[in-house]
Amino acid sequence: MIASYASTSERIWHYAFRMLCGLIIVFLILPILVIAPLSFNSDSFLLYPMSGFSTRWYEEFFSSPAWRQAFTNSLIISPFSTLLAMLLGTPAAVGLTRIDFPGKGLLTAILISPMVVPVVIVGVATYLVFAPIGLTGSYLGLIMVHAALGVPFVVTTVSATLQGFDFNLVRAAASLGANPLTAFFRITLPLVAPGVISGGLFAFGTSFDEVVVTLFLAGPEQSTLPRQMFAGIRENISPTIAAVATILTVLSTLMLITLEWLRRRSERLRAAP
Amino acid sequence: MTQYSATMPAPLDTAPEASLQSRLRRAERMNKLKYGALILPLAIFLMLTFVWPIAALLKRSVDNPEIITAFPQTSALLRGWNGQALPDDGVFAAFAGEMAQIKGTPVLAAAAKRLNMEVPGFRSLMMRTVRATPLEAGASAREVLIDADPRWGETATWQLLARNASPYTMRYLLASLDHKVNEQGKVVATSPEEAIFVDVLLRTFGMSFVVTVVCLLLGFPLAYFIATRPVKTANVLLMAVLLPFWTSILVRVAAWIVLLQSQGLVNQALMHLGITDHPLQLVFNSTGVYIAMVHILLPFMILPLYSVMKGISPVYMRAALSLGCPPFRSFWKIYFPQTLPGIGAGGLLVFILCMGYYITPSLLGSPNEQMASYFVAFYTNQTINWGMAAALSAILFVATLLLYAIYTRLVGSQNMAARAR
Repeated sequence: MIASYASTSERIWHYAFRMLCGLIIVFLILPILVIAPLSFNSDSFLLYPMSGFSTRWYEEFFSSPAWRQAFTNSLIISPFSTLLAMLLGTPAAVGLTRIDFPGKGLLTAILISPMVVPVVIVGVATYLVFAPIGLTGSYLGLIMVHAALGVPFVVTTVSATLQGFDFNLVRAAASLGANPLTAFFRITLPLVAPGVISGGLFAFGTSFDEVVVTLFLAGPEQSTLPRQMFAGIRENISPTIAAVATILTVLSTLMLITLEWLRRRSERLRAAP
Repeated sequence: MTQYSATMPAPLDTAPEASLQSRLRRAERMNKLKYGALILPLAIFLMLTFVWPIAALLKRSVDNPEIITAFPQTSALLRGWNGQALPDDGVFAAFAGEMAQIKGTPVLAAAAKRLNMEVPGFRSLMMRTVRATPLEAGASAREVLIDADPRWGETATWQLLARNASPYTMRYLLASLDHKVNEQGKVVATSPEEAIFVDVLLRTFGMSFVVTVVCLLLGFPLAYFIATRPVKTANVLLMAVLLPFWTSILVRVAAWIVLLQSQGLVNQALMHLGITDHPLQLVFNSTGVYIAMVHILLPFMILPLYSVMKGISPVYMRAALSLGCPPFRSFWKIYFPQTLPGIGAGGLLVFILCMGYYITPSLLGSPNEQMASYFVAFYTNQTINWGMAAALSAILFVATLLLYAIYTRLVGSQNMAARAR
């Protein structure tokens, strides 16, 4: 990379810069790599060097009723809130890209705002309003608010996909006799599916990692995995936490790989003649 | 097809021009309705689960229901009182009557708690007074009340009631800026030992600013490095940025506790290198909070910077270099100005997100690092003071909104997630 005629100071700068970037990458990655091995540690301290290999912390995770219930709750709340976010966000994104009206910018800003409003405010506000109507301590309340937090991701990713979408295809389908529903399911949806799926993955990730709203809205029966982890870290951070962290990291890596695959696929499709 | 037939002579139509125009307009309207109907469900859903709750919370910051609920009649009378001399017998009688009605109910307790916030000792005053009610037939309300507590003979006591006889108050908003209304009805600064909120707000903004600057200092070189690599290498390096971005915040917090604890890897490394001979306290103080916050928010800085840098053509820099401009100067004069949109977007995004953080400081910090969010949660969960929780939320919300407005001006709200990726 470096030219043979480069001066000494240029060489020093070149390598110093590379080292700096290397250190920043270590800073980004190290915390994620450091915790997985410790979840297989045989003694109960989260310290290196490890004393031996054991899967007891995973056994403890799967046999503890509290953790099991938290895991089950997460597997109920996140998929449903993701589904809700996708069902509401996808049509809205189609609508927003197709028409213009006064106040559209403001409406878009409001639809996206759950992404930026501090979650504590969302948590306290929904607690204030949901408590009198019995939506606190219920799955429904949590699913609704998690969907609201995830929906901006669906709207933005689907809108981004629609930027490159040729609506003449829908017209062509209509002129060939397809009714609007058929045209949507046979033409539009397959083409924007990558956007819908990646938006859904973002929404799922948001819900699956959500603590603050859950702290305010969930009763003891609705405690989720992050909520349980939050309590665990606050009290006493144990290797069981490391085991849960490892499971979550594997999960998020899988989601990232899926997203990356989707992105490359759509890039390939776009590049194809 | 419709267009084609529209240009054909239309012998059967009586007024072809007008009809075409109106038909087009009709079609346009139908189109708007059709696509508007697609947006509507989401708009309604967010109204119910997001906009309405936040509006209700913000309204709470100026709500003052306690006194009006407890003493509706007295409140109405006091609103017509001039506030100079003691109120007349009618006010005393109405007050004593209403005291007797709510004796022993939570309504009285709420009113007493509310007044006690303004003047400590008012709760016991109320409780002592309520014991003197209901009045015996024919007794003078004025005498009985002043007999129960001489403070009912002072105008200041009634002025306090009168000040709170309105359904709205600025008290909570003023209190969250360390101000209050004094006995004379003037806005004054609260005494230094009670004044904590300005410090909390300044700390919130200050910490967000530091985190943003550190993220920029670390993110800029890495984004530049990635943007100038060949596609394959850049993709691998981007994964290194995206992996932490996708990892649960709690996992990262736990990881930092493990790394930074007194016998953790960081302390081991520092002692091994001879930088220190005893373990440093790196977590449960500001160091830990800053390290973890920078780690969590760094991807939000790198990704917008990267997307801007990728679009900068290298030919300008090359032109500057070939014309004899030294490398650093040409970088500063030519390349850097082109990255400003990315710096603006990334910086605002990191600042906005940082301001609202709750989990990271509460798990990794000491009480000295808690930000505004912590106090919102504190007033909701611990002391159940909705007014203060709402007022602090309102300030945090307005600050977020202002920055978000600047952000949307800068990059457009649609691009937010695209850039955040």
